[in-house]
Amino acid sequence: MDFSQFDLQPVWLTLRLATITTVLLLCVATPLAWWLANTRWRYRQVINALVALPLVLPPTVLGFYLLLLLGPRGWVGQITQSLGIGVLPFTFSGLVIASVIYSLPFAVQPIQNAFAAIGKRPLEVAATLGASPWDRFISVALPLAKPGLLTGAVLGFAHTLGEFGVVLMIGGNIPGQTQVLSVAIFDHVEAYEYAAAHVLAAGMLGFSFIVLLALYWRTGQRSAEQV
Amino acid sequence: MSSGKPVDRASNNQSTAKPGIEARFQLKRKDFALDIDFAAPGKGVTALFGPSGSGKTTLLRCIAGLEKPTRGHFTINGQCWHDEHKSIPVHRRPMAYVFQEASLFPHLNVRENMAYGWRRMAKRQRKLQFDDVTAWLGLDALLDRRAEQLSGGQRQRVAIARALLTSPQLLLMDEPLASLDASGKAEILPYLESLWQELDIPVLYVSHAPEEVQQLADHLILLDQGRVVAAGELNALLTDPLLAISHFEEAAAVLEARVVSHDTEFHLTSLAFDGAQVSVSYNGLPLGHKARLRICARDVSLALVQPQKISISNSFSVRVVSIDPDRDPSQMLVRCEIGGQHLLSRITRRSVHLLNIEVGKNVYAQVKTVALMK
Repeated sequence: MDFSQFDLQPVWLTLRLATITTVLLLCVATPLAWWLANTRWRYRQVINALVALPLVLPPTVLGFYLLLLLGPRGWVGQITQSLGIGVLPFTFSGLVIASVIYSLPFAVQPIQNAFAAIGKRPLEVAATLGASPWDRFISVALPLAKPGLLTGAVLGFAHTLGEFGVVLMIGGNIPGQTQVLSVAIFDHVEAYEYAAAHVLAAGMLGFSFIVLLALYWRTGQRSAEQV
Repeated sequence: MSSGKPVDRASNNQSTAKPGIEARFQLKRKDFALDIDFAAPGKGVTALFGPSGSGKTTLLRCIAGLEKPTRGHFTINGQCWHDEHKSIPVHRRPMAYVFQEASLFPHLNVRENMAYGWRRMAKRQRKLQFDDVTAWLGLDALLDRRAEQLSGGQRQRVAIARALLTSPQLLLMDEPLASLDASGKAEILPYLESLWQELDIPVLYVSHAPEEVQQLADHLILLDQGRVVAAGELNALLTDPLLAISHFEEAAAVLEARVVSHDTEFHLTSLAFDGAQVSVSYNGLPLGHKARLRICARDVSLALVQPQKISISNSFSVRVVSIDPDRDPSQMLVRCEIGGQHLLSRITRRSVHLLNIEVGKNVYAQVKTVALMK
């Protein structure tokens, strides 16, 4: 086995991508989930369906439209160009944006369910005790939705680790910039470097299993505590 | 972890204050309409009494600002909380709300639950001290417990403490005893009885249990199907034969009396009200202590002459004010007056006929059982 060609760069890139994506996901998904859990707007189901789209779409479809949208002729692309940022496809930033969109339902749904499960009462109690709407959100809604937030973050992180199709469409395969783990594994397999592919693939398998195990373990303990 | 700055709740402008509570609310739902208009004193306990579905809780929620009425107007002691131009948001109303279920925050322990509202008050607005309220409600030993480790009665005590610690100018209570078992009720009632004496703030107390109203209220508002049926002083309404509350099996009059003497030989305490005296079991209350007597309509019989050679010793002269049919066709409700207070007597239609009891006649009321309420 020749380890000289083996390179940890895709691993670090993937972890960096997943971390940044998770942080952004929580910032986007938490207010969105709060709104979806509380709004009585009659067209809220439209938003629910839009958020859930990445669950069912082939990643290539999503990647294709993102490529058009962010590309030099897409309207987002034109905005970013006029702002002097340039075009986002085939850059790390483009990858982050695509990942956030792609993993959105995995974060929104558990958080939304957690908010809905709190019900109105604790927030009403907090209001009668002098807490403003923002204060109620911070001091009551967020702590009570903590399990949902944790689940959303872990799922978003793990899902970003594993994405392939969207990355390939919008990020390409530029080492050090957009070459993530899953793409690197694909490269190794294409080049018949099975040993290198094994190291990455097995690492990924083990890591994903441990993350999910930890998540279920925690959730199981929580429900056992409440009995 | 506090993110809340102390809230300066609507300041108390009592110099121009008109005392009392005035409330008008209209609200429409698919299967329910509320159309309420009442005034209540700005002190003491006003019970909102009615069957379930009569709109008691909705009314209380409108007053708290938790429900948006179609139209509404609410003032308390001169402060306006809601009218056509403005509605003070819930968290700025200087009131506290005790829900039917204690609704403690599950992520906080007892101490943190109690401190939640207290910490959000500006220091100068804190009229009650944390340690005093803790001691008064007997919560010292529970402060570090979590909500799920408490019994129902303990939880409701914490909820009451948490509400009081916001130093409210109005206390709203939505059937705080209804979700408790008998022992939980017995645990909370003594606190509720003395609450009003400890705090000089008006209380609106929602209930559908006549005994609670008889025990706790000073003033009564009767609701049915989203409307006010009657409003007034407790004794007058409890003994009004035209109201449903006087037709309950446990219909009773509540009279204010004073402790006048103790009899150690026979183990009795005498209480006086409006020229009449009754005796109850010895209770050791100080002389002059004001107490509330509950006299059930079914325990009052009427006689034309002062009864003698009879085991019932509580008897006094009263004047018949009205005679009305009871729900039971064999019974009549006779309302009697004694020095401005009223009591009810439920006797058979035949007795009314045989004794020729008429309005304006003076008769002797014999009371079999007198309960001392507080």
